[in-house]
Amino acid sequence: MTLPTPEVTPLNEAYWAGLAAGELRFQHCPHCGHRWLPARRECPACLREGAAWEKAAGTGQVISWVVYHTAYHDAFRDRLPYNVAIVELDEGPRLITNILAPHESIAAGMRVRLELQSDFGVNLPRFAPVGAA
Amino acid sequence: MMRGKFVIAGVGHTAFGTLPGRSTVSLNVEACRRALEDAGIEKRAVDGVFVKTPTSAREILYGQTLSEALGLQPRIGIALDQGGAANMSGIAFACLAIEAGMCEVALVCYADNPRSGSRATYARPRGDDAAFGWFSTAAGYAMIHRRHVAEHGTPEAAFGAVAVAARRHGAANPNAQLRKPLTLDGYLAAAPLVAPLRRDDCALISDGAAALVVMSARRARELGVKAAVPILGMGQAHTSWEVTQRPCLTSTRAKDAARDAFAMAGLGPADIQVAQIYDCFTITVLMTLEDYGFCPPGQAEGFVREGRIVHGGDLPLNTAGGLLSETGMPGLQLVIEAVRQVRGTATLQVPGVRHALVSNQGGTMHTHATLILGG
Repeated sequence: MTLPTPEVTPLNEAYWAGLAAGELRFQHCPHCGHRWLPARRECPACLREGAAWEKAAGTGQVISWVVYHTAYHDAFRDRLPYNVAIVELDEGPRLITNILAPHESIAAGMRVRLELQSDFGVNLPRFAPVGAA
Repeated sequence: MMRGKFVIAGVGHTAFGTLPGRSTVSLNVEACRRALEDAGIEKRAVDGVFVKTPTSAREILYGQTLSEALGLQPRIGIALDQGGAANMSGIAFACLAIEAGMCEVALVCYADNPRSGSRATYARPRGDDAAFGWFSTAAGYAMIHRRHVAEHGTPEAAFGAVAVAARRHGAANPNAQLRKPLTLDGYLAAAPLVAPLRRDDCALISDGAAALVVMSARRARELGVKAAVPILGMGQAHTSWEVTQRPCLTSTRAKDAARDAFAMAGLGPADIQVAQIYDCFTITVLMTLEDYGFCPPGQAEGFVREGRIVHGGDLPLNTAGGLLSETGMPGLQLVIEAVRQVRGTATLQVPGVRHALVSNQGGTMHTHATLILGG
C-alpha cells in the first residue's frame, strides 16, 4: 500500500518543487517580514498577499515528539514503532517531521539538521541530530 | 450583571456506552425529553435550540433537523461547532440571547454515536502531514503531554493519578460506561498507544446524548421550576493555532476563559468545592488545573498526587467519572454532574457544595469554555 502522499496544489507547489530540487522552503511576507509554514495565500500577521518563498538553512530544534505504537494507516503498519516530531526551524517556522534517531535519544531542544528522504517517490523533509554521521 | 441571572432548570441524558441503531437526532430527542421532564416544563415553552454538531458525522442544518424532530419552530435554532467547548459555549450563547430578548427558554444539547457508528474522525490523517505518519486526535495530545513532561519533569504517576481518580469515581456511578477500577500499577503496565499516551490516558468512545434547559431565574420562578441551579460565571477563549504552530504547547487560553468566569462570578479557585474538568486525555486535566490557577504552572503533578482530587479530598474532580470513565461524550455530562453536585443529588456527593466549576475544551486544546454554578 502506498503512502498517503501530499496533495500538490497551486498554493503549495513551490514547497514540494523545492523539496524535489533538494531544498526546504518556507514563506515570508515582503510587507511585514513574517515567516511561516505551511503554505498560505495571505500573511497571517498582516493579511496581505504576495508571500515569497525562501530557502531554509535546514537547522532547527525539536519542540516535541511522539512514538506511534499503533498504525492508523496500513502504510505505517510495518514501520511501527515510528516517531513524529515538531521541529522549529532556526528561521522560525515549525513543521511536522520524523527524527532519524533512536526514539530514546530524542529530547526537547535537541539540535537537528535537514535530511531529505525519498519515500514512495516524494522527497520528505526529515531531520537528523546535528553531529550524527 | 450576568451573575445568577440565568439558571439551568433541568438536565437529562440517555444511557451511555453502545447504543446501536440510534441516530444522533433520536438520542438528542430522548435527552431533551428527559431534561424537560426534569425541569417540569412543557415543550411549548421552548423557543431556543442550541445543539453541538455531532463529532463523528457533521450534517448541514443540523439545528433545523433536530428542531423538526423535537416538533419545534424555535426563534433561535442553531448548530455550534467548537469541538468539545461548544456545549458550554451554547449555554453562554443561550443566556446572551435570553438577555437580549431574542428567546426565553433554550434547550442546549449534544448527541453522537461513534461507538456503534464511525470512529474515523478520531483516527483521521492530519492533512499533508499524514505522509510523516501524523494521524489521530490522540497524537496531538501526546505532543502536548510530551512537551509538558519535557518542560516540567511531570512524572508518569501524575498522569496515572488522574486516570485512577476518574475510574474510582466512575466505578461508583451506575450509569458509567467503564466501571472497572484502575490501579496506578495497572495504568503503568498498559502498552503505549501513541507514546507517551497509554490506553488509560485516553477518553472512552461513546454513544449517547445529554441536554439542559436554560432560562432566566425569573422565568424559572414563573414556571415553578423546582431545582433551578444558578449560573454564576461563564468564559470562553480560544488557542486557534494548530498544535504544530502553537508557540507555547503547555499553556492555553483556558487561562483566559477561567479568568473571565471567575470575574463574572466574583470568585476564585479557592471558592470552588468540586470541579468537573474535561478529561479527554489526562494531560488536559493537569494543564487545566495550572491554567485555571488551582496550582502554579508545572505543579499539577503534586496537586493530583496528594489525593486532593478524589472524593474526600479538598477538590474532588470528575465525580461521575468524566470522559475517562462515565462517557467519552464531549462535555455536557460534566455540566450535568455539576448541577447534581449543587442540587445535592450526586451519587458521590461532595458535602457543602456552594460553587461547582466545569471546564470544557475542544479540538486539540483549541477551544475553551468555563462555567461556574452555585447558589
